[in-house]
Amino acid sequence: MIEIKNLTKEFQTLDGKVTALKDISLTVPDGDIYGIIGMSGAGKSTLVRCINMLEKPTQGTVEIDGVDLGTLSEKELREVRHNITMIFQSFNLLMQRTCIRNVTFPLELEGMKRADAMKRAMELLEIVGLQDKANSYPAQLSGGQQQRVAIARALATNPKVLLCDEATSALDPNTTNSILDLIRDINEKMGITVIIITHQMNVVENICKHVAIIEKGEIVERGEVGAVFSHPKSTAAKHLVFPEGDPGAVIVTEPGETLIRVVYNGAMAAGQPMVSRLAMEKGIEANIAYASLRELDGRAYGSMLLGIRGGKEKLEEAIEFLTRTEDIIVEEVNQNVQ
Amino acid sequence: MFSNLFTPEVVAEAWEIVKTQFPLAFWETFYVTVVATGISIIIGLPLGVLLVAGEKNGVFPLPKAFMAVLNVVINLLRSVPFLILMIMVFPLTRVIVGTSVGTVASIVPLVIAAFPFVARLVESSLREVSPNIIEMAQSSGASPFQIISKVMIPESVPSLISNFTIAITTILGYTAMSGIIGGGGLGKIAINYGYYRYKYLVMLLAVILLIAMVQGFQSFGTYLAIKMDKRLKNK
Repeated sequence: MIEIKNLTKEFQTLDGKVTALKDISLTVPDGDIYGIIGMSGAGKSTLVRCINMLEKPTQGTVEIDGVDLGTLSEKELREVRHNITMIFQSFNLLMQRTCIRNVTFPLELEGMKRADAMKRAMELLEIVGLQDKANSYPAQLSGGQQQRVAIARALATNPKVLLCDEATSALDPNTTNSILDLIRDINEKMGITVIIITHQMNVVENICKHVAIIEKGEIVERGEVGAVFSHPKSTAAKHLVFPEGDPGAVIVTEPGETLIRVVYNGAMAAGQPMVSRLAMEKGIEANIAYASLRELDGRAYGSMLLGIRGGKEKLEEAIEFLTRTEDIIVEEVNQNVQ
Repeated sequence: MFSNLFTPEVVAEAWEIVKTQFPLAFWETFYVTVVATGISIIIGLPLGVLLVAGEKNGVFPLPKAFMAVLNVVINLLRSVPFLILMIMVFPLTRVIVGTSVGTVASIVPLVIAAFPFVARLVESSLREVSPNIIEMAQSSGASPFQIISKVMIPESVPSLISNFTIAITTILGYTAMSGIIGGGGLGKIAINYGYYRYKYLVMLLAVILLIAMVQGFQSFGTYLAIKMDKRLKNK
C-alpha cells in the first residue's frame, strides 16, 4: 500500500518560491490501478516523482508498505527503486543498446549474471509480445513497440509498483489502447499496483479503478472512477467530464418539457436502447438534450439529460422506468443543471 | 616565390628528400599524433565526465569550489597559445622525458595543450545525453557511477568518436608546430626545408601529406561514428 501524507513540494525559482504540490494525501491500495489526472502544470509529474523520491518532498511523507521513504539513505532508496519502477512518455530507452539489453539494464544494475539476465529479459519480451525484436535497436521500432520494451524493462526486477508518467501521451489511440490492455493484464496477472499519471480522460476511464483529480497542486476530487466521473463536483472535474463546456449553457429545452438527469453509474446498460424503449414500451417521448456516456468494461458511465414531454404523469412514469435498471440514478433537474 | 617551383633540378632534389626523409617523418607525425591523442583522451575523458557529473544538478554533485578550480585550470590551459605553451612546459618535459627537445619530448606539450580541449569536447558530448534518459536510470535505481559508465558514456559513443576525430586532427596540426622545438615529423621537414632553406616544393609536398593525413583521420572518424550509432539503423 502506498500512503502519501500531507505532501508539499516547493521549488525555488528565480521568481521566488513556487508551490508545486500542496498538502496532498493519497492512499493507493495494493493491486489497484490508480489514475492521477490533471492539466499540464497541475503538478502530477512532480507528484509521481515524489513517490519514488526522485523529488524530495518539502513536507510530508511517502510510505510504501509502512516504510517512510524519506528516512532512507540514497543507497536504500536505490534498492526501493527496483521495487517501484517507471515508464515514461518518451519511452527513454537506451538508444545504443538492443531491446533485450535495454531490458537487462535494471538487472545489470542489481548485479545479475549476464546469462541469467538475458534469459529473464527474453521471458519479459515474450510477455510484451516482442521476442522477435530482441536484437533490434530501439530506433528500428515504432513508438508502441518502444513503450512495450520499456514496460518489459520496468517489469524486469519484479516490482510491486509501476508508475506510468504520461505513458500513452505520445501514442496514437489504437496503440494507446493496446498499451493500456497490456498494463491491465500485468496488473491482473502479476498483481502489480499501477499508478497512472495522465491528462487524457479516456486513459482513466479505460483502465483505472480509482482516480484523483489534481489542479494547481491540490487534489480537488478523488474516488472510484465511476463515482467521480458521473457526479463531477469540482470545476476541474467538470472540465474533464464536459470538455465542451458547462452543459447548462448549451442545453435547449422545448416548451412543455421537463429535464431529468440520468446518471449511469456503471450500469449494465451498454447496448440497451433505453430511450427508444421508453418511447416504444411506455409511449413517452424523450428528447436527448445532452449526453456524455462512456463504456468501461461493458458498463456505462456518465450522464444524460433528457427532456420529457407530457406533464407530471409521464415524467414520473419515465423516472420509474429508468430507475428499474440497476446503477442508474434519475433526478429531476430544476433550474440548475448539474 | 613559386616561380621556379617545378624546374627539373628542383623536382629531382625534392623527390630525393621525399624518398629519404618522408617515410620516417610521416611515421613520426602519425605516431606522435596518435600517442598524444590517446594520452589526452585518458586524461580528458574523466575530466569531461567530472565537468558534467559534478555540476549542481549533475548525477554526482561535487563541491562548488572544486568545480570552479577545475573550470579555471581548463580554461587557463586552453588560452595559452600552443607555441608559448611548448616553451613554458620545458621544465616539466625534462622531468618526464629527460630532455625537452626531440620527437618524444614533443608529446608532453601536445598532451598538456590537448587534454583540456578533449575534456571540453567530452563535456559537450555528454551534455547531449537526454536528461530523461538519466532520470530513467535514476528511477531504475542506478548509482551515479553506473549512470556514468552504463548510460552517459555508452549513449554518447557516436558523439565522442566525432569529437575525438576533431581532437586528433587538431593535435596533428599542433605537431607541425612542435617542429620548432625539435619535434620530428612532417612539420619539421616543412619548416626546415621550406622556411629555412627556401625549398618550397618540399614544404608544399609535406603540407599535402599533412592534408592527406587530416582527411584520412577525418574520414575514418566519421565512418566509425556513423557505424557505431545505433540510432541510424534502418527500420
